[in-house]
Amino acid sequence: MTTITLAENKENTLKRKKRSWDRGLALFRALFLPVVALLVWEVLTRLGALPSLLFSSPSLILTRAVNLISTGKLWEHMEISLFRALLGFLLGGGLGLAFGIIVGMNRKSEQYINPSFQMIRTIPLLAITPLFILWFGFGELSKILLISLGSFFPLYLQAFLGIRNIDNKLFEVARIMEYTRLQQITKLMIPSALPNILLGVRLSLSVAWMCLVAAELLGADKGIGYMIQDARSFMQTDTVFVGIIIFALAGKLSDSFVRVLEEKLLRWQDSFKA
Amino acid sequence: MATALEINQVSKTFKNDRGGVHVLDHLDLTVQEGEFVSVIGPSGCGKSTLLKLIAGLDSDFHGQIAVGDHEVHGPSIDRGFIFQEHRLFPWLTVEKNIAGNLSLRDPEVRSKVNHLIALVNLGGFEKAYPRQLSGGMSQRVAIARALLRNPKVLLLDEPFGALDAFTRAHLQEALHDIWEKNKTTMVLVTHDIDESVYLSSKVVVMDAKPGRIKAVVPIDLPYPRTRSSKAFQEFRTVILEHLDHKPSEPDDFSI
Repeated sequence: MTTITLAENKENTLKRKKRSWDRGLALFRALFLPVVALLVWEVLTRLGALPSLLFSSPSLILTRAVNLISTGKLWEHMEISLFRALLGFLLGGGLGLAFGIIVGMNRKSEQYINPSFQMIRTIPLLAITPLFILWFGFGELSKILLISLGSFFPLYLQAFLGIRNIDNKLFEVARIMEYTRLQQITKLMIPSALPNILLGVRLSLSVAWMCLVAAELLGADKGIGYMIQDARSFMQTDTVFVGIIIFALAGKLSDSFVRVLEEKLLRWQDSFKA
Repeated sequence: MATALEINQVSKTFKNDRGGVHVLDHLDLTVQEGEFVSVIGPSGCGKSTLLKLIAGLDSDFHGQIAVGDHEVHGPSIDRGFIFQEHRLFPWLTVEKNIAGNLSLRDPEVRSKVNHLIALVNLGGFEKAYPRQLSGGMSQRVAIARALLRNPKVLLLDEPFGALDAFTRAHLQEALHDIWEKNKTTMVLVTHDIDESVYLSSKVVVMDAKPGRIKAVVPIDLPYPRTRSSKAFQEFRTVILEHLDHKPSEPDDFSI
């Protein structure tokens, strides 16, 4: 009996070793292309095959990034960008969520509100930007409003869909158990629509980043978008790259944050068994 | 014994393009406190509709329904309802499903929930989510959820219809135990004759199109009942005969 267990143990350890080896191999394969690309890029610029003024190089970008961080310049731009994106997202997303729930709950308000919202939704945001600048100036207000307009619709649509998808049979249960109207909203509608709402949050956040770039490229004196624009006019390609990388990282980070939230809040769902 | 449920001249018509379908026709039924009444009949006889009317989920009918001293106007916790599907909230654990809109932090609710979990034999599954439970277990959670509100009448709409034979027999036994322990008045809609004879103190046999009460059969067998006993089989036959008995007027076979 013991010998079998020992043998099994050994086998298990081997299996575990094999599994971590497999995982390492997968990581290596995933990193293979990017690393090769970076190396080729670096070598080509060093050899002078690519003009470093236009294409920069990985080492130049890294040096620039270290420089921007150590002088505190990067943080200065990032601070204001984060502030704009967050405030815009909270304002637009919050309103989107509230309207989505109201319109989802009530047919009459759907008939009054939804067609107009759907119409506004199809207008490209960049087309509205000039109007926003005319009305609200070049200051913070126009930027934050543009971001909130963008992040309004994904959350509105998803909250609306989530509420509409609630199983009517559960409402019967809630009526029999004498849930108040408020309890029906907080204890039935919102939890039931949560998968959609969280998807809406993710989509809204990514739209908020995009609108932030648009707003800052169009006219600002601070922010990552401005940093990129400003660097472009002085041909500081490496700074442009640093800005792009910052946006990529910020987008990825905010997305991961919502993913963690999903895994925590949607543990009850079949699809979140992992 | 006091009257738990009184149904007086209840009629119900579902409206459609051709005027309407008459599903319930001047129904009278009285259920005493602590009774276990089964309603059995062919599909389309309006037995489930009747249960929804009693629950107050549908108030578009003629006649009166009273639970205790109160006439029914809408849903209320004095009438618990067990549906054919468990209808648990998938995002809540077993204990939170039972508690529903009541707080588990309230010590009184807490102890009642614990007691009910023991009663329906689900100890150890308090923190499980509905997706982790079998059909039979989910239905037991639904029963506990309904019992927490101390209903005057528990209405059961083919609660075990979707379960396999073993689980069904097991849950019938569990329901019987709960009825004996809690003395809750129960009205069970079913199409399973065995189930009705096994559980009920009286069986109401209904006729379809329009739904009428054909016969009320009191089952005066002592509990626990054995399905194979001669007396059980006799009651079974009586109910079967009531169900099979064709009305004198010819059926219309329009297809």
